[in-house]
Amino acid sequence: MRFTGLTLGLGTLYTVVPGLHSPALARAFGERMKEANGEAVKPFTFLQLSDSHVGFNGPPDPLGTAAFERAVEVVNGLPKRPDFVLFTGDLTHDSEDKDQHAQRMQRFSEIAGRMKVDKIYCVPGEHDAGVDGGQLFREHFGETHYSFDRNGVHFIALDNVTLPKPQVGPAQLEWLKQDLARFPKTAPIVVFTHRPLFDLRPDWEWFTSDGDDVMNLLAPYEHVTVLYGHIHRDDEHTEGHIKHYAARSLIFAFPDPEKVNGVKKPIPFDKDHPFQNLGIRTVSMADGELTVKEVELTLREYSGVNGIQQLARPVNL
Amino acid sequence: MRKTLFVTLLVCATIVVPIAARAQSSTQPKVIEITAKRFAFSPDNLTLKKGEPVVLRLTTADVTHGFFSREIKVDELIEPGKPVQVTVTPQKAGTFTVICHHFCGAGHGNMKMTVTVVE
Repeated sequence: MRFTGLTLGLGTLYTVVPGLHSPALARAFGERMKEANGEAVKPFTFLQLSDSHVGFNGPPDPLGTAAFERAVEVVNGLPKRPDFVLFTGDLTHDSEDKDQHAQRMQRFSEIAGRMKVDKIYCVPGEHDAGVDGGQLFREHFGETHYSFDRNGVHFIALDNVTLPKPQVGPAQLEWLKQDLARFPKTAPIVVFTHRPLFDLRPDWEWFTSDGDDVMNLLAPYEHVTVLYGHIHRDDEHTEGHIKHYAARSLIFAFPDPEKVNGVKKPIPFDKDHPFQNLGIRTVSMADGELTVKEVELTLREYSGVNGIQQLARPVNL
Repeated sequence: MRKTLFVTLLVCATIVVPIAARAQSSTQPKVIEITAKRFAFSPDNLTLKKGEPVVLRLTTADVTHGFFSREIKVDELIEPGKPVQVTVTPQKAGTFTVICHHFCGAGHGNMKMTVTVVE
């Protein structure tokens, strides 16, 4: 399965195609997958958005939901409508006032509902579900872990934030084991969750306590991709044959952990570059070569202005 | 003769038992009290000796908190009214961060303490 990503800075657009580097290989791969799995992978696209923190207001980002709302405009301006959206947690910012938190969830639904997509699948982040163990999240968005099939790909939503410790937990691990049991080892699987399932930077809380147990259950499967949020920056990591991709946030960015010793601090907001670290990143695989192209999403080429004024102009992609 | 033996044993016991007790108490790990309160640990830094066990007695002054470090090998929840005791024997010298890994509110992300392990 080829898995190419177009990072919009405001989310990531994934294209799933049953091919490698040529139409002949694609056909052969498709046939092999159909024979093994019963259903061939059909080409389709989806988006990953993450960490909008609706309700957060103040430094380091004084713009509140502006980036999230801009992302919705960008999604709606895409030349090809994505099949669906995966939202990998921290939809809202936490509040100990239940009514206020509920209002933030309603506001999230209102903004996300403007996206011209058929379906939005969500998992919670600790800011959505840490205070009440996910009760309010379930009332607004449904279960915190589940799975579904789409065009020959099995999608698994994992919850690693609603238990007292940052873990998936024994009950969900048992559910995952049962869920995976009905698939052949060749089945294409996409896991989406909030926190990284490996130790990215534990002292910054970038880990899941029992992430190793999850990965051990997934290890026998040949085509697994993990998408997550939480770290407010794009990151690509490979463990064994499984790739993990982090999405950028829709509120503010964190720096590269390898370049910071000590305390985790957001990258300061720059009013002259309101979308700094929210760039376009294209990743494509062709003829065996990976091509990565970074393009800063200043939007000036669409809006004709620089800096914070861009936010007042409509985007027209 | 039997009475003399009894007295001798009694004298030995009164001398030996307290010495043994003292020796045992000197090998007991030191107990360090740590209090969690939104959004800090008190004390917020500790110095430990590599290979020397200590008992950390963890309590919370408000809500539930976490106490986690891969390097120090601690992974505890601290619930109100339920002090936790954990024995730690640092295996590696260096400076490490212990974090609260139970979401405890708006300042949770910066709730941490520093543990320095010396040779």
